[in-house]
Amino acid sequence: MSGENAIEIRGLKKQYRLGQIGGGTLTADLQSWWARVRHQEDPNSKIGTDQRRIGQAFMALNGIDLTVKKGEALGIIGSNGAGKSTLLKILSRITAPTEGTVDIYGRITSMLEVGTGFSPEMTGRENIYMNGAILGMSRAEIDEKMEEIIEFSEVREFIDTPVKRYSSGMYVKLAFSVAAHLDSEIMIMDEVLAVGDVNFQQKCLKKMREAATIEGKTVLYVSHNMNTIRQLCNRCIVLNSGKLVFCGETEKAIEIYENNSVLEKRSEYDLTRLSRITGLTNVARMERLRIACSDVGMNQQLKFELQCMCDSPIQNTMLRFVLFDKRGNTLGATYSNMWDLVSGHSAREFALDCSVLAPGEYYADIILISYDGGIQIRHDIAIKAFAFSVREDNILYNMEWNRHGWGCIRLPSLRTEG
Amino acid sequence: MSEPNHQYHIHIQPKNGWFDIDLKELWRYRDLIWLFTKKNFILVYKQTILGPAWIVLQPLMTTLIYTLVFGGIAGIPTDGVPQLLFYMGGTAVWGFFAACLNKTASTFTGNAGVFGKVYFPRLVMPISTVLSSAVNFGVQLAMFLVFWIYYVATGQVTPNYAGILLLPLVMGYLGLLALGCGVIISSLTTKYRDLAMLVGFGVQLWMYITPVVYPLSTLGDGMLRTVIMMNPVTCAVETFRWMFLGAGDVNALSWIVSTGVMAVIVAVGVMVFSKVEKTFMDTV
Repeated sequence: MSGENAIEIRGLKKQYRLGQIGGGTLTADLQSWWARVRHQEDPNSKIGTDQRRIGQAFMALNGIDLTVKKGEALGIIGSNGAGKSTLLKILSRITAPTEGTVDIYGRITSMLEVGTGFSPEMTGRENIYMNGAILGMSRAEIDEKMEEIIEFSEVREFIDTPVKRYSSGMYVKLAFSVAAHLDSEIMIMDEVLAVGDVNFQQKCLKKMREAATIEGKTVLYVSHNMNTIRQLCNRCIVLNSGKLVFCGETEKAIEIYENNSVLEKRSEYDLTRLSRITGLTNVARMERLRIACSDVGMNQQLKFELQCMCDSPIQNTMLRFVLFDKRGNTLGATYSNMWDLVSGHSAREFALDCSVLAPGEYYADIILISYDGGIQIRHDIAIKAFAFSVREDNILYNMEWNRHGWGCIRLPSLRTEG
Repeated sequence: MSEPNHQYHIHIQPKNGWFDIDLKELWRYRDLIWLFTKKNFILVYKQTILGPAWIVLQPLMTTLIYTLVFGGIAGIPTDGVPQLLFYMGGTAVWGFFAACLNKTASTFTGNAGVFGKVYFPRLVMPISTVLSSAVNFGVQLAMFLVFWIYYVATGQVTPNYAGILLLPLVMGYLGLLALGCGVIISSLTTKYRDLAMLVGFGVQLWMYITPVVYPLSTLGDGMLRTVIMMNPVTCAVETFRWMFLGAGDVNALSWIVSTGVMAVIVAVGVMVFSKVEKTFMDTV
């Protein structure tokens, strides 16, 4: 069965109209229509809205072609508004596309939300029947799986209690259990694992992976949590502004998706444009940062110049430098030596030895602090202040740095003793 | 992987045909229809002291008020039938129709939350609404029968016993009629909320052009009678009275016309519904 297709999507488009969709009431619609007929201004449009945009089309999905094979666990990633949810809504037949067709081979279950149709007054058991039926199971099928569902949900003690007495965690566990035990060949999940405790999340992921690998089900999974995507999916697509920008290996897809949101490498950064947290002294501000070369050789130094504006002189200032990899993991931190900040504009150069950093892309936060009688005072914080990369220039023993397996830090070389 | 591939093939395309209702699929979801019916019935009376007694209390009070106002004060004749039975029968039949219509009319707007998250044939909702109203009607009918048996035993009414066998047909007709109207309204309310307002008092007004609080025979043979006869609910109410109370106007022509009207309304309803159900989430 492995070669067969589960889902075939061809030229899928979904258009939404910008502006108001109808007046909402019949009279308002008639008024708008009458105004349009007489070429007058629509009395129902909001004041100040650009007339050209009203009725303009917004393509939530703009031509998606995709084939999903049977037994595949496909991840769907993309930033907010990329069209992920619209795609799932069309696949689960909640709304119809504007153009294009979809063919689905097999029964399909969508979990766009867990516990849809749960009614608080009914008991857990009654809700299992209800929810199962909504998701397309027959009573006989539910009876058959009842034990398994209760077992998986970990709420056996409360199964005959109305779900309004449940904690939210129990509620979600029960709801997920029903959905996970459906007899359908294709499962669609929209971040349903974001709830529940860590153990339960892992259990769900395991169940889903089993469904895909052992039972041969097809799983479509949308999440912003890249770790769950990594664990579950063997293929991944990246959506951006309604278009499919990548389709292939999961790691590569995640890289592409994360690059979208990561800071750009530039030679100059305007730090005043960063949003600041409150509660700082507001005496000194970091304004501008210049990097001569933002692509550093492996054993070279990262050099940057920082311009500050200071209202009154500050003694014993120093710079804390916190380093992140492009996934946002904190790698480490360091301090500069102290200097005295004069009032007015001033510039200072810094250099960081990058020999410990593996090739790859990084970004940094910088924090301006000072020491006054042993007390640390924070003057200014620039989150995601700048980005730089380390170049792979001398390959060690002809081995490329395996970032995924080895991490971002090159430890000092291991010496043979004796 | 028990089923072969082609058994469940879903084809999704932008536009639907005009009569695109998959009855086979609807049949597969029969358990869901039953569960919704049960839920509608049970949930209304959860956390009420009197519970299902409300099903009986409501029409009973209405009947008493009608007997007092229309029978006592206004002195409207009841075709020689005991007033209590006359009004109770009318209220039960009308109540069934009105409940079906009112509730199915809010199918899309009232269930937007569920409809927006999961797919099942949307017709499941209005159908189960009608069925749970039928259950309510059954309870009310039982109450009606208690009084009826008393009056029959004391010889105050002479029912057409054979006619009573037609009751399921009459109620089925009413249910379909209400379903058709409700589905049209609910399809249109996805865009125009005005209709939701209209339904509220429209149904109340409709009752007065239906012989619920008066018999058809009081209208004489003029225009008014023809107008009232055009109302497709009229024949059902009159037939109900004819069956149980032996008084009422069962007119073959009126039945033929009404059934035709009902068929058109149901057909239009299903058509509009199947047009709207695929995209209503974008406008509701």
